[in-house]
Amino acid sequence: MRGKKIRVSILYALVGVVVFFSLAPFLWQVITSIKPSAEIFSRPVRYLPSHIDWSAYLQIFTRHPFGRQIGNSIFIACVSTFLCLAVGALASYAVARFRILGGRSFLLFILLLSLFPPVVLIVPLYEMVRNWGLMNNWLALIIPYAALNLPFTIWVMSSFFKQIPQALEDAAKVDGLSRLGILVRIILPLSAPALATTAILVFIFCWNEFLLALTFMTRDTSRTVPVGIAMLSGASQYEIPWDQISAATVLTTLPLVAFVVLFQRRIIEGLTAGAVKG
Amino acid sequence: MRLKKSENCLASEVKGAVFAAPFVAEGGRRKRRFLTDQRFGYLLLLPALCLFGVVIFYPVARNVYLSFQEKSITTGMEAHFTGVKHYLKIMTGDARFRQALGNTVYFTLVSVSIEFLLGLGFALILNSSFRGRNFARASVILPWALPTAVMAMAWRWIYHDIYGVANDILLRLGILKEAVAWLGKVPLAMHAAIFSDAWKTTSFMALMLLAGLQSIPQELYAAASIDGAGSWAKFRYVTLPLLRPVIILALLFRSLQAFAVFDLIWVLTQGGPGGTTETLSVYLYSYTFRYLNLGYGSALSVTIFALSLVIIFVILLFQREEVELG
Repeated sequence: MRGKKIRVSILYALVGVVVFFSLAPFLWQVITSIKPSAEIFSRPVRYLPSHIDWSAYLQIFTRHPFGRQIGNSIFIACVSTFLCLAVGALASYAVARFRILGGRSFLLFILLLSLFPPVVLIVPLYEMVRNWGLMNNWLALIIPYAALNLPFTIWVMSSFFKQIPQALEDAAKVDGLSRLGILVRIILPLSAPALATTAILVFIFCWNEFLLALTFMTRDTSRTVPVGIAMLSGASQYEIPWDQISAATVLTTLPLVAFVVLFQRRIIEGLTAGAVKG
Repeated sequence: MRLKKSENCLASEVKGAVFAAPFVAEGGRRKRRFLTDQRFGYLLLLPALCLFGVVIFYPVARNVYLSFQEKSITTGMEAHFTGVKHYLKIMTGDARFRQALGNTVYFTLVSVSIEFLLGLGFALILNSSFRGRNFARASVILPWALPTAVMAMAWRWIYHDIYGVANDILLRLGILKEAVAWLGKVPLAMHAAIFSDAWKTTSFMALMLLAGLQSIPQELYAAASIDGAGSWAKFRYVTLPLLRPVIILALLFRSLQAFAVFDLIWVLTQGGPGGTTETLSVYLYSYTFRYLNLGYGSALSVTIFALSLVIIFVILLFQREEVELG
């Protein structure tokens, strides 16, 4: 009895360590963002603010084009996710139902594609974006984001499509539905859960992307939030406004925190799709 | 002839001729066999292939072409053929490349090992039953979901030499005698970056391994108990072997991502101090865009691409035919 009690306490202690390790850096940003700025720069470090000060949240909108950058991020991530899912769903259906391009080996090939470091594409993409005059243009991010998330989308969606019984499609065919009709009226509605899972993950990937956004968005007002935050500077180049950075961080990550809380199961499902079934 | 084929096809697919009869006639009337199933499939695949073509296939081919050219500001952005000059330089005369390669290999090995051990621990803890499990699992996902670049700024603040909380905690605990410039000192900066990376990516490892753990049938543990196996023996002879395919897949993903690390290093240190945290991606990026030397940048890209292939190959060697992808 005693041994069991000790084991349970150890388990809870370990869980506490895991939770603390995972949340601490984020919580520290939350605390920093609501501290009065005198308490941010104090030694020794003050762990709790004497009172809550929201001024940093105001400053990122008044002193920096943060509102604009949030808008850019939302627009680019939404459009990229939609494009990626639309194109990806069609392709996944093709891969799952019609044995083309070697079916399974095609899937493995695109999975391999997604493993390569994205930085190796940056030189030619930079050339293209420059030549086509797309610097600071949303398209310069939307098209690559859709393409770079396609392998993951096709991977998840096609394995889902394969689980839909062929008999269902045959029945629809018998009822006189065309192949496109089957896809739009039967398959896609049935795959709403898988589409949602994929959309959440693709949205997160687009929202967080840094390398391409850093390269193709050179104007402060065209930037997406991650780049905007990394480039946030104060009055001089060397003065870093940590209070504003933490406020911006909290606002940027809020939608992601909400996603994680609301869609925990879907995120895990999507991340581990295909890895476990064997 | 074609019509007949489609009739046959329909009839055989629908079991029971009574049902099939009226529809066969209808299917026969429709002359749509120009678009065979296969052609229809390719049509659906076309938009995806276009996107891949523009964003992946063409750039890869262009990289290979440019890597044999001289193209930079000094050539007025005109391309001139130079043969294998860039590759010769990478292999023999580029000390910065060699340093970056060493840094990247070190970063990848240490970071992925730490993440794997932490991730396995987290997965084992999350796999046991306790109250608040959902909350604990959501907490573990969070670092994965947050933007690396943004959290790298958060880590810079934690590592701050004067007001940083890392120094403060370690000073209060008496582990440090005086404050340390975590990102400014030579062996420290790399390890600070590795620690931040481990924080960010242990999530993924833990979730993959947790999913693997949950797919192991409980009966196997019951059987092992009957055979008199203790906890360690169960872990060693049931859990680990069955987890092996998931472990290899997770290591494959993570090793390649760690090898490509860019966001974290770029925001934390930009490769400093003295290039000791400069990884291959960071080197490629800063070199290419400082001098707009696209020719040499392409040669570096092709080299990094090839090195990634080597990693994939080595990890898949461990896999043999055991892992079934998909």
